[in-house]
Amino acid sequence: MSFLAITRATLAKDVRLEWRSKDAINSMLFFALLVVVIFSFSFDPTAEESRRIAGGLIWVAFLFAAVVALNQTWARELRNQVLDAYRVSPAPANPLFLAKAFGNFIFVGVLEAVMTPLFIAFYKLRALGPAWELAPIAALGTWALVVNGTFFAAMSLRTRSREIMLPLLLFPLSIPALLGMVNATTAVLTGEESARFWIALLVAYDVVFTIACLLLFETVLEAE
Amino acid sequence: MVEGESTSGVVVVNELIKQFGGFAALRGVTAEFAAGKLYVILGENGAGKTTLLRTIAGLAQPTRGTISVLGVPIVKQVCSQIGYMAHPSLLYDEMSGMENLTYFAGLYGIGTSRCREVISAVKLDPDLARPVGQYSQGMRQRMSLVRALLNDPMLLLLDEPFSNVDSRSAQEMTALLAQLRDRGKTLLVVTHQPGLLESVADEFVWMEQGKIVDRTSRLRAGMP
Repeated sequence: MSFLAITRATLAKDVRLEWRSKDAINSMLFFALLVVVIFSFSFDPTAEESRRIAGGLIWVAFLFAAVVALNQTWARELRNQVLDAYRVSPAPANPLFLAKAFGNFIFVGVLEAVMTPLFIAFYKLRALGPAWELAPIAALGTWALVVNGTFFAAMSLRTRSREIMLPLLLFPLSIPALLGMVNATTAVLTGEESARFWIALLVAYDVVFTIACLLLFETVLEAE
Repeated sequence: MVEGESTSGVVVVNELIKQFGGFAALRGVTAEFAAGKLYVILGENGAGKTTLLRTIAGLAQPTRGTISVLGVPIVKQVCSQIGYMAHPSLLYDEMSGMENLTYFAGLYGIGTSRCREVISAVKLDPDLARPVGQYSQGMRQRMSLVRALLNDPMLLLLDEPFSNVDSRSAQEMTALLAQLRDRGKTLLVVTHQPGLLESVADEFVWMEQGKIVDRTSRLRAGMP
């Protein structure tokens, strides 16, 4: 079976498992919804202020919510030690990593699709810059979160307090990506500057960390 | 064959030591397991039986010593020739038996016709459309055996295959294991019910405190 076929089969399996259990999606949605509601009660910004802070609020909410999905990704492989069945097979390690990362990308993407209209409604947002740029910012930002998150979730798999370990490893390393996402989103919403630099930063971040994760994942998978 | 004796084995283990922190699970195991034989590995809890199987399967790396499987020192290179059944089922509870088998068969590049062939050989007659989580423990064990046999392995490593299996199913499984042995497969079976395999086993291997202390062709008093 080819690299691509194993990736596709593993991704289909993960989507099927999530569709049946809805563990990750439900937890993420509730968490993100809580963040939106709590923030909206905490302060009542004007439309101008909203544009300046919404980028930060929305991405921090997605980052925290994504951690829930990232922990679930590998937790289901630990039940019944199913991961061992993959490890004893001749399938290479990287299709598993890519399938998990793509799966998380889809789950977080669904979260963003549901939550973004709510953010827009609660904070009365309207983009003054080129709104189409929000699409690549969302895609690149989400990939930045899930590629490292999937990797570090696998790394913390065998640690006792993995729910704590994942954010400890992930958040510091996500700061450059978070800066890119927040500043690019703010630039589009306020229309005061171009988001191109921040988008380029996100592209570079995604390329570097995707390659690094692919190079190191087999070692992480085989570690005891 | 006694410990240390040299013949051309399918599995050759030399001075194998496996430590987990300060605890040595295997303390210098040297053994050879020949082709076309069924070995029953016995010993009390904590004797190192499961660790020995996991190390041979490539799931645990030796701290010291060497392992050669089918003449190759790197287990991953011959993993398509190994079937591994662990104490946990290594199956996804939320997916049906057939969905599980189709996924794992895909990792070996095997089609669904082989899944049906092995299901029939194990005489598994459940409603395979049901999720594995709804199977009885005995059915899960048999489904787990089906998964281990999918790739028609030359070497079969079975950890507690009879636990929670009813006596009739256990007899059917024993007959199947004997057939596999007669077809030239090598089987290493860890069990606490050696009586079930007494009529078909070629050798009983007794482990104590991380070492092989006895090998005999007959089940003797003192063995469980």
